[in-house]
Amino acid sequence: MNVIYILWLRQIKRYLRSKARIFSSLAQPLLFFVSLGFGFGPIYEQAGGGDYIQFLAPGIIAMSVMFASVFSGIDLIWDKQFGFLKETLVAPVSRITIMFGRTLGAATVSSFQGVLIFLLTLIFGFRPESILMLPVALLFMLLIAFFFTSLGTAIASVVDDMHAFPLVMNFLIMPLFFLSGALFPLDNFPKAIKYITYINPLSYGVDGLRSALTGISNFLIINDLLILSIFITISISTGAYLFKRIQI
Amino acid sequence: MENTNNVIIKVKNLTKQYKDFLAVDDISFEVKKGEIFAFLGPNGAGKSTTIKMLTTLLQPSSGSIEINSYNTKTEKDEVRRSFGIVFQDQSVDEELTAWENMLFHATLYGISKKESKEKIEDLLKFVDLWDRKDTLLKKFSGGMKRRLEIARGLIHEPLILFLDEPTLGLDPQTRAKMWEHIMELNKTKQMTVFLTTHYIEEAEKMADRVAIIDKGKILVNSTTEDIKNKTQTKSLEEAFLSLTGREIRSENVSSLDRMRRFRK
Repeated sequence: MNVIYILWLRQIKRYLRSKARIFSSLAQPLLFFVSLGFGFGPIYEQAGGGDYIQFLAPGIIAMSVMFASVFSGIDLIWDKQFGFLKETLVAPVSRITIMFGRTLGAATVSSFQGVLIFLLTLIFGFRPESILMLPVALLFMLLIAFFFTSLGTAIASVVDDMHAFPLVMNFLIMPLFFLSGALFPLDNFPKAIKYITYINPLSYGVDGLRSALTGISNFLIINDLLILSIFITISISTGAYLFKRIQI
Repeated sequence: MENTNNVIIKVKNLTKQYKDFLAVDDISFEVKKGEIFAFLGPNGAGKSTTIKMLTTLLQPSSGSIEINSYNTKTEKDEVRRSFGIVFQDQSVDEELTAWENMLFHATLYGISKKESKEKIEDLLKFVDLWDRKDTLLKKFSGGMKRRLEIARGLIHEPLILFLDEPTLGLDPQTRAKMWEHIMELNKTKQMTVFLTTHYIEEAEKMADRVAIIDKGKILVNSTTEDIKNKTQTKSLEEAFLSLTGREIRSENVSSLDRMRRFRK
């Protein structure tokens, strides 16, 4: 228990100490939110879609949690390259414990980031439907965080340097983001692409979060919760399996 | 158990085969309690690979290793509690302070908070870093980081200290200071020290026993005096030359040659 706590604490301290990282990780989602929100907002409304800011905010929060989680998961590559991982791997602690502590820390950090983005969207006019549902929204942030942190860990376990990172960004993270319903409704996609959105974990994260924050839902919140939990089980076990096999 | 009581590291027919490269080739050796034992050899000789296998980071292809009479394959945690290690490359968290790095280690090894406080204070004073305990590691010099890594490796009171090229890239002054600390531990606590180095004079001066390793094989394993006598040479440097057929400094050429050889 102490071991998990210290691994968690390490992630938190590292996050809070790199002010540049906090700032830049808030800047990008905010740019998306402000430019798309006010740029497309009027068109969306004219087309009869309703208030775009209300629609977009949960998507942007989900996006920022996803990005931060993948980054934290991939942080492992640094630890691998700069030696700190060795220090933890020669300790009398099981690898599962190490992986769990790391994931917990990283998920906390990225959910915290999601909360910060949520607060910022309030300034720009976003209004959540009900305060009572905010804990549910937080739960969905945590779920998205757990999924993508362990996905990042899995990737970082098999690649050896940061060269793989742009590849992951362009061929995994960006497609998942654009096909998740974070920026626009999924209804109008052609059938083939629609199926992709159905196997995209982020679709359920976005939908759950949107449902909790605005009451509008595509898949029903309970389905989001169930399907996301299945995805998380898969990604955590894959991450743990690959982390266990790291040799340095 | 009686007759092996004095042996703290026991390696038998250890081999590490990578896909197309034999890194460690069927080596066997023993290290006695309280001994300073040096693995001397050029870069790429198999020193680091051996240390990784001894410290449970790497799975051997074949052979067995006993550390403090525990098997590295089946009794990993007991083995891990028995040693401390200073890696060849830096292994501290630069975003944490000296104190936090130490506390992190102590917690991983299951040492209680109260106990770790005292130990960390003692050890930081021992390596002269007590006044810098709240400094982030990224502000430390290379030598200071090294000293902290030594202190950190000692928190859980290991019986063996592994040092993988411990003085690589350190200035002579820091190197001397570091050895002062290590010698003191060896004398006062009877701590066994296993080091790898490619500095001949370091092996000659510090180690009780030296094993010369090249191309994954141990060529000789004895006291410096004995090695010199056997090879009828005046210094360990000459002995090394006569055993391997080349100087240790020509390591770049030789490891390149070796890679070419293995590619064929």
